[in-house]
Parts: sequence; structure tokens; C-alpha cells
Amino acid sequence: MTDATFVQLLDLACGAFLLTAVLVLWRRELAAIVWLFALQGIALTALIVVLGARQGDVELILIGLGVGALRAGLLPYLMRRALVAGGGGRETQPLVNVATSLLVAAVLAMLAYALSQPLVRLSPTPATQAVPVALTVLLIGFFLLVTRRRALSQLVGFLLMDNAITAAAFLTTSGVPLVVELGISLDVLLAVLVLQVLTTRMRAAFGGTDLDELRELHD
Amino acid sequence: MGSLLVIGPLAVPVAAACAYAVLGWNRATAWLGALSAAGVLACAVALAATGGGDALGGQLTGDALSAYMLLVIGAVALLAMLAGPAYLAAELAAGRTGPRAMRRYGVLTQSFIAAMALAVLASSLGLLWVAIEATTIVTAFLVGHRRTREATEAAWKYVVICSVGIALALLGIVMLHYAGTHAGVTSLGWAELTAHADRLDPGVTRIAVVLLVLGFGTKAGLAPMHAWLPDAHSQAPAPVSALMSGVLLSVAFYAVLRTKVIADAALGAGFARTLLVIVALASLAVAALLLLGQRDYKRLLAYSSIEHMGLLALGAAVGGALALAAVLLHILGHGLGKSVLFLSAGRLHQAVGSSRMDAVRGLTARAPLLGGTFGLGLLALLGLPPFSLFASELGIARAGFAAGLGWAIAPALLLMLVIVAAVCRHAGRMLLGDSPDGAVATPYSVAVPLVAGLAACAALGIATGPLHSLLRAAATIAGAAP
Repeated sequence: MTDATFVQLLDLACGAFLLTAVLVLWRRELAAIVWLFALQGIALTALIVVLGARQGDVELILIGLGVGALRAGLLPYLMRRALVAGGGGRETQPLVNVATSLLVAAVLAMLAYALSQPLVRLSPTPATQAVPVALTVLLIGFFLLVTRRRALSQLVGFLLMDNAITAAAFLTTSGVPLVVELGISLDVLLAVLVLQVLTTRMRAAFGGTDLDELRELHD
Repeated sequence: MGSLLVIGPLAVPVAAACAYAVLGWNRATAWLGALSAAGVLACAVALAATGGGDALGGQLTGDALSAYMLLVIGAVALLAMLAGPAYLAAELAAGRTGPRAMRRYGVLTQSFIAAMALAVLASSLGLLWVAIEATTIVTAFLVGHRRTREATEAAWKYVVICSVGIALALLGIVMLHYAGTHAGVTSLGWAELTAHADRLDPGVTRIAVVLLVLGFGTKAGLAPMHAWLPDAHSQAPAPVSALMSGVLLSVAFYAVLRTKVIADAALGAGFARTLLVIVALASLAVAALLLLGQRDYKRLLAYSSIEHMGLLALGAAVGGALALAAVLLHILGHGLGKSVLFLSAGRLHQAVGSSRMDAVRGLTARAPLLGGTFGLGLLALLGLPPFSLFASELGIARAGFAAGLGWAIAPALLLMLVIVAAVCRHAGRMLLGDSPDGAVATPYSVAVPLVAGLAACAALGIATGPLHSLLRAAATIAGAAP
């Protein structure tokens, strides 16, 4: 792979990674949000595979495919099943409307670029120069988590943050040690399962997954 | 021998969890939990006496700090597990639980203890992260154990906020790893990172330290990410609240302590100190404000935990072996005192049927033992002698003034004064006076851990005895001067 193709492919993958996150902010149908999350998983896989191919590292490519199977396959499948059980639905009234959300995303992107200056300065390779993209997705995920009111949208927000951290790990250092990577993937999977069980219980106890119903506990 | 003692604290609760999964919860297995906690405690004592060891190819290491934290886990778990059978028996009698839920309780509490033991024995930041996230997953089901609206809500908030916090910590680990690889440190082990900390890029390390303190601080209940704590601790079953408040917070704080060692070596003492002073004072302020108007005695205990975590952060900010010895002593004292209080509160809740303070009047007249342990426990937490929290709070304040941090200690003391006034006012109404209601009985199996916990807390306040050398060794590791 020549330098130019590598940079182009990497930028393409990062662009798709960022675009899917912004589109999640834009769409309101929960089914579409899950679909976009799966697309982002594919972009993340492509990103890791491109890095692996560049370094000629077969192990890295395999890890990338494993990450892809979890993020683009298993997790969207689990969420779609939860969605079918809950009868679908839309994000009815996010705390911040869509137009403002998109503007906020632009501000978050600038913030991410400012914050990641020290990271890029340490080693200005094409890969680390893409770290701000990962941080932007992290901030968008956090924003989604605090402004959306359906349980599933919050879950997607959390998973966007997690995708972003994985992307940052591979962009900076080709990933954390394998033991840790395995533990992290397992924990993410378990956290999703826990939240799914809780969603089911919530539906049984409150009759819905609109988190505005959660107001029993306060001071 | 050393590696056996490091594997033991993990293997014993895992074996007990398997036993519960196979045999279920019955008269014979009810005490298995306490036996396993005693096993963890015994391993911790032996580990401290033999001077540590490592296992699994260096993935697990037991140094003095790990042994001390393991001791805290074992001691508090023993109290909580001793009170467990009576608690579940009362729940069963009230029809709030069943055989399946009790089996699950047995499996989950033991897995919870194992995950905490793994966290303090992990020799690398990566494994520590995995263990702490595992505690979130296990305890989520314990918080939601009662399946009521309140319990489900508390469990949801708990998992979402703590997972986000711990995700930030993961990003911090990624950043530290990035700084590490450029300094020639490819592992995430404590020893390697600390030894080569001076070569880490300061800009990247600064970002990493902020993320790690904020992330692990979420799990430790430090402001500004503390919102989950009062809900989760007030909704979980009493023995689980005791474990979560008594040790889980401290285990997460242990991660902050380890991070601070690396931060001090890489960036000098000032950076982590500023960060910790801010979160400490914020936590104390949040606790003081919300304790003033509190109406629920379980939430009162939860906010008191935020206060004590703030104090620990303040002690860690002061730094140095003296302050860290006080912090570690405070961890043990708070663990014992808070677990006694949560166990008393659980018994009280079962007897009164409400966790509102105005439902409880004249407790000392109705139930002298329960009222006594609740009242003395509160006095212990407020830092009155002879309990060990008096000695440790005094130690933190003295070390703080000596280190020139008087500007931070003075407002902290003022906030603590507010907390003392608030808690005394609430406690006076609950404990004193006459009560129209009947007496509340306390079974022996509940009374024993309550009295034992208070006695241990008081004994530690008078003399640390054989703990002294362990405390000093652990404080040297945590407070290593750059």
C-alpha cells in the first residue's frame, strides 16, 4: 500500500465513522439509529483493518474483524431484538431539538480538535492526526446520552462513546494489550446485556422506556 | 506460597459462587458466604505477614497496599455476609424474595467480592479497569434485586452513569498507553509506568490523569459524577449496601491512589493535587448541602459516604507517607462504621417498613441494641473518639496544614462542621424521645456483626497494633514522593 492510498483509505474510514455519529443525532426513528450504529461498527472495522494492512500485521487485522463482529454484528442484533420486543418507536421529544443538536455537534468537533492538540504533537503521523475525529464521536455520544430520553437512544450514546475510545486506542497505539482488549469487549457486551434486562424490567414496572418516567428517586 | 496467597482471595469467593449456583440458598449454604469472606480475610493477613508475591505470570501482584485493601475487603465482607442470612430470612418471611432470587443473591455477592479482590490484586491498569467494570455489572443486578420501580430506576442510573465514568477512565488508560509506548514502556503495569514516568510526555499524561481521576472518581462517588450513589446505595439490599458503601467506593479510590503515584512521578505533585482538592471540596459541599434537608435515613448514609470519599481525596491531595497512612486508616474505619450503619438501617427498614426518618421515633427506647449501634455508628462517622475515624481525620488535617494546604483544609473543616450539625439534628429526632410503637427485636446473628464492627472500629482508634507496620508499608507505596 502506498502512502497516498493509505492516507486516503484511513481518512475515508474516519470520515464514515464521524458521519454515522452525526447522522445518529439527526435521525429520530430508533430503528434507523440502530442501523446507523451498525454502519459505524463497519467503519471502525475498516479503520482497524487499514491500519493492520499498512503495518503488515495479521494479528491486528484479525482483532479488527473481531471488533467488527461485536460492534457491527452482535450488538446491533441485540438492540434490534430489544426494539422489536418493545414495539419500535421514535425519540419523541429530545431535550434539545435536532437542528440545535447538529450545531452543538459542530462546536463539540472544534472542542475535540483543541483538546487533542497535545496528542497530535507527540507523534504527528496520519493515524494520530485522525484522533480528533474519535474524540468528536466521544463527545457526540456523551451529548446523546444526556439529551435523549428513550432508553435505547441512551444505550446508543454509551456505545458511540465506546466505539470512539476503541478508535482512539487503535489510532494512537494500534490498540491496548490483547488481554485488556478481550476484557473490554466482554465488559461492553455484558453492560449492554445488563441494560437490556433492565429495559425489560422497566417496561414491566413503568409500562414504557421513556426515561422521564424515572422520577421516583430524588432529593 | 506467595502465589497461592494471591490466587486465594479470588479462588475462594469464586468457589463459593459456584457452590451457590449449584446448591442454591438453604440453611446449610447460608453461612458459606461468611466462610468465604473469612477466607479472603485470612489470605489478606497471610499476604501481609509474608510480604506479598505474584501469580499468573505477573498479572496479579500482592504488595503491601494490595494486602491492606484486601484486608479491608475481607473485614467488611465478613460483617456483611454474617448479617446476610438474617436479612434474607426476614425478606423471605415478608414475601419480598424467593428461592431463585436468593440463589442469585448468593452467586452475585460472591462474584462481587471476587471482582473487588481482582481489582486490588491486578498488577496493571488494564486488568484493574476490567475488574472495576465487572463490579458494576455484578452489582447492577444486586441494586435492582427487589425489582420495584425505585430499584429498577436506581439500577439503570447506576449502570449508565458508572459505565460512562469508567469509559472515561478507559480513554485515560489509552492515552497513558500512548504516552507510554512513545517512552518505551509497552505494558500497562504499575511498576513499569512508575519507574519510567519521568519519560512520559507531560501534555498527553495530563489529559490521561484528568480522565483517570474523573473516571475512577465516578465509581468512587466523588463529585461531580456522584448522582448515582444515593439511589443505588439506598435501594440495594442492606448487606450489599454495606459492601458497596464500605469497600467498593474505596476500591475505586484505590485506583485513584495508584494513578496519583504515576501522575506525581510524571508531572510533579502539583497537578494531581489541584485536581483532587477540587473534587474533594466539591464532594464535601454536595454532601453538606444535601444532608441538611435529608428525609431518608438510607440516603443520609449514602451522602455521608460522599463526604468521606471527599475526605479521602483531600488526604490523597496532601500526599506524603503521613497523610496516606491516615487515608488508608480512614478507608478501614469508614468501611467498618458504614457497614454497621447500613446493616442497622436494613434491620430498621425491615422492622418499620419505611426508610423515611419521620417514620422512626424514639429508637433507643424501642430497640436499645439497634438504636445503640445506629447512634454509635453515626458518632463514629462524625469523627468522634475513640473511633478510628477521629485519629485519621486528625491525621489528614494535621498533614494538610503541615504541607501548606491550610486554604483547602479550612473550608473542608467548616463543611464537616455543617455535616455534624445536620446529622446530629436528624439522629436526635430518630433516636431520642418516647415512642408509641412496640419494641423491635434484633436477632443474635445481626447483633454480633454490628457490635463486632463498632468494637473493631473503636479498637483501631486506640491502637493500630499489628496493623502498624502494614499501614506504614502501604502508605509508603501510595505516597511515594517523586
